[in-house]
Amino acid sequence: MITEYKAVRDIIGPLMLVESVDGVRYNELAHVKLPDGRIRMGQVLEVEGRRALVQIFEGSRGIAPDDVKVRFLGHGLTMALSEDIIARAFNGVGEPIDHGPAIVPRKRVDINGSPINPTARDYPNEFIQTGISTIDGLNTLVRGQKLPLFSGSGLPHARVAAQIARQARVLGTGEGFAVVFCAMGITFEESEFFLNDFRETGALARSVLFINLAHDPVIERIAAPRTALATAEYLAFDLGMHVLVILIDMTNYCDALREISAARKEVPGRRGYPGYMYTDLSTLYERAGRIRGKSGSITQIPVLTMPDDDKTHPIPDLTGYITEGQIYISRALHGQGIYPPVDVLPSLSRLKDKGIGPKKTREDHSNALNQLYAAYSRGKNARELAVVLGESALTDTDRLFMKFADGFERGFVAQGERENRSIQETLDTGWRLMGGLPRAELKRVRPEILDKYWKAP
Amino acid sequence: MAEGKIEKVSGPLVIATGLTGAQMYEVVRVGVEHLFGEIIEVRAGRYSIQVYEDTSGLGPGAPVLATGQPLSVELGPGLMKAIYDGIQRPLAVMRAEGGDFISRGANVPALDRSARWRFVCAVAEGAEVAAGDVLGTVQETPIFAHKIMAPPGVKGRATGFRDVEATVDEPIGAIQTDSGRVEIRMLQTWPVRQGRAFARRLPPNRPLVTGQRVIDMFFPLTKGGTACVPGPFGSGKTVVQHQLAKWSDVDVVVYVGCGERGNEMTDVLMEMPELKDPRTGRPLIERTTLVANTSNMPVAAREASVFTGITLAEYFRDMGYDVALMADSTSRWAEAMREISGRLEEMPGEEGYPAYLASRIAGFYERAGRVRCLGSEEREGALSIIGAVSPPGGDLSDPVVQATLRVVKVFWGLDDGLAAQRHFPAINWLNSYSLYLDVTERVAAERVNAAWPEQRREAMSLLQREAELEELVRLIGVDALPASDRLVMLAAKMIREDFLHQNAFDAVDTFTSHPKQFLMLRNILEFYHKARKVFDGGAEVEEIAKLAVLEDIARAKLTPETDLGRFDEILKEIGRQLDALVVAGEENRSETSS
Repeated sequence: MITEYKAVRDIIGPLMLVESVDGVRYNELAHVKLPDGRIRMGQVLEVEGRRALVQIFEGSRGIAPDDVKVRFLGHGLTMALSEDIIARAFNGVGEPIDHGPAIVPRKRVDINGSPINPTARDYPNEFIQTGISTIDGLNTLVRGQKLPLFSGSGLPHARVAAQIARQARVLGTGEGFAVVFCAMGITFEESEFFLNDFRETGALARSVLFINLAHDPVIERIAAPRTALATAEYLAFDLGMHVLVILIDMTNYCDALREISAARKEVPGRRGYPGYMYTDLSTLYERAGRIRGKSGSITQIPVLTMPDDDKTHPIPDLTGYITEGQIYISRALHGQGIYPPVDVLPSLSRLKDKGIGPKKTREDHSNALNQLYAAYSRGKNARELAVVLGESALTDTDRLFMKFADGFERGFVAQGERENRSIQETLDTGWRLMGGLPRAELKRVRPEILDKYWKAP
Repeated sequence: MAEGKIEKVSGPLVIATGLTGAQMYEVVRVGVEHLFGEIIEVRAGRYSIQVYEDTSGLGPGAPVLATGQPLSVELGPGLMKAIYDGIQRPLAVMRAEGGDFISRGANVPALDRSARWRFVCAVAEGAEVAAGDVLGTVQETPIFAHKIMAPPGVKGRATGFRDVEATVDEPIGAIQTDSGRVEIRMLQTWPVRQGRAFARRLPPNRPLVTGQRVIDMFFPLTKGGTACVPGPFGSGKTVVQHQLAKWSDVDVVVYVGCGERGNEMTDVLMEMPELKDPRTGRPLIERTTLVANTSNMPVAAREASVFTGITLAEYFRDMGYDVALMADSTSRWAEAMREISGRLEEMPGEEGYPAYLASRIAGFYERAGRVRCLGSEEREGALSIIGAVSPPGGDLSDPVVQATLRVVKVFWGLDDGLAAQRHFPAINWLNSYSLYLDVTERVAAERVNAAWPEQRREAMSLLQREAELEELVRLIGVDALPASDRLVMLAAKMIREDFLHQNAFDAVDTFTSHPKQFLMLRNILEFYHKARKVFDGGAEVEEIAKLAVLEDIARAKLTPETDLGRFDEILKEIGRQLDALVVAGEENRSETSS
């Protein structure tokens, strides 16, 4: 028989201290029954002797210590999984919110999962074509990678993320592909934007949605990405699908983490975020990857808005230390009306070298990438110099590079929101722009590649 | 052994009572699943235990078993090529037994009990042996001879040792001591938090050749020395660590992946068997042991991983080998300490780190060094430590960086700006330093060329001068600089691009021997000296900067180690082209005058 406890002593924020309990275990779930019969879920954060500290998922509003009954379930937070979860929407703890039928589980898994054994990992090296030139051409995404978008408030990261979700595919395969979309603390409007986009483009039919909006309980925000990733693991490693996980917005997630930590009176680290935030984030991001001998994969695109566009803020900083590169969304380019406003120079995909080249993309990819990057960097420097000293102070060559930088931003970086460029088109665009530069200046390209691809205009 | 009961569970920290007689840092098994834990605090009968595995499902009343043993590693044949987690559980075996994900409570011995090793006896019957004496060897891999040493604290006559094929826990002989007969097995254990004994410490006296030009030439490390590599994300810490693990001229590498990315460990695991040791031609994995506790693996085991790694490294050192330990990253180790300390509700020091942060870091690096090993044979071993540090936002005032800088002798400061320009390795030559220069320059001057120290000094001052000039250029533009300064800028640019910049992913460029490093820099400096002469003779800097030989100097980094004669050819070409400039200049002048 399961005991119900009534000895609730303290309620602080989402935390509740229950006394005189027996046999309660760390991390197990609790049901908190309100006088009107409604049930809220909670989880044991700490247990000492006969006292258990429970965090309540839907928040503690309306709970009076004397009125509630607490029941401990003997297991942690789990997600019910079967093939039927595809095209469905859930809240942060995995309950359906789309008025559809309950999921008849084939499998129930702990949302926290277990770490992948490093010896079981397979190195990510398969090119994913997103149709966005700045990503495919210069910061190539590969299957099993975690590549975040570093953005700021007011920038079109949601549109970029939606475009990636819509267009991403692996060349030359017809393997199953799914999107797991996890919204954390975003607004209804942002969430609707994604849902409409998925609906219109038919992407919904291959997506699983986890929605925790800005007004939903903060505590569920902590569970949401875990539920989403447990689902992704099921799709990838049980059903063999290639899963793209979009986590938006990690900044809200981290703020929720800070809120809970403060309520628990933990010693704060930098900017009030808990000292274990690195470890906590890694237990999310490290769930991306491939496993040897399994056909599926998990690729993550976390989106975060850098407070005050500051990349040294703990959220982007700790994320950058865990993820395999980052794509910066630039306020300056956005201001110039360039979409997608990807800031190429600080962006980086650490795994790109493994995913490009002959048989994967094209033989000239690596050379072209380095040259485009170097030429754009030089062109931007020339442009800055021209601002200070006047354009006449530039050498003829520098003027060509400056022109290249302008053309690069308008012709290579900028593209339509519905424009899905193949990798061939992306590389050809790059070569067309480099046609405006003197051949002798293209030092990062091997001569035989230049012979084949470089043409003066 | 005492059996206690759990009183409290809070994340990785468990408090138990009733463990009477248990000691600090003793290993305990927690709960019915027998999770690994270690006692880290005792307060009025309440034992604080850090648990190395996920504690979900533990609750008050569950049993806690004392083992009477401190956290220890197993030492013996089988360590090479292995990959362990933070508490030395073999990950490959765990995968074979438990699947692709790490499950809890796995109890797998570090060394394979069924593998049979060929023990070649090196000790005569009845010989007097003491701790550290080599009893025999096992050729563990083609490039690593594992020496089996008499265990610590044992002294007496060797009996029954002979060539034999045995597993690690079968007796291979015995030592007759004053207090009785001690059976000897190849398997020994050692507590990780305690440094292994040696006869005496010696000062470092040989450079550690890494094949990385900026390191060997400008900021060298010694065998037995310590170095740290701090840098923000994306600045290439891990690539530097990987390069050193691959190319350092040591006998054994212990690589500790402490709280870092899983895919990076996979990269090491997949690359090491492919790459060949430049000295032996054998796969590098045959002299490498890996400890991998990735960021999402339990945080307490991450705290232990660094100690596990260093204890293995000390064991190899005691055999008389040169050992290098890479720890990537010590910041994650410090964060693990901070997390445990927070759960213990200790009074925090700076940035929430425990007040003992600095002493723990110092204690760790102090386990490096060149030593005279135990044992009657004259044997020297050296253990070098290279620790990566990941300061938040790249801020070097971070407590972990500062505590590290107080103990290490070499500082390779990675620079965001250099990384953004794709200058790798992004080691900033203006703020990095090495306190081993006197030692390494003396050796390099003897072994390579007497001009080595002078070359280094001159190249460094050119780079310093460039930094000053660049400030000026930013204000007034490069054209406004005096021509002689533009020549300095040209020389410094050549040092940066043609010498310091090194491509880790190019088959030739990835490793450069000391002689080649010397020749590369010699040609650049010779070019500068001759250019200065022709410049004084009236040649234009612009003309000098256009010479075709500059291309040869730039490409020289791709010259194979077997073709070092090429550098003298380039040197001749430098002379020829610069002289031609003088002649052309004189002709021009004579034309105008006539």
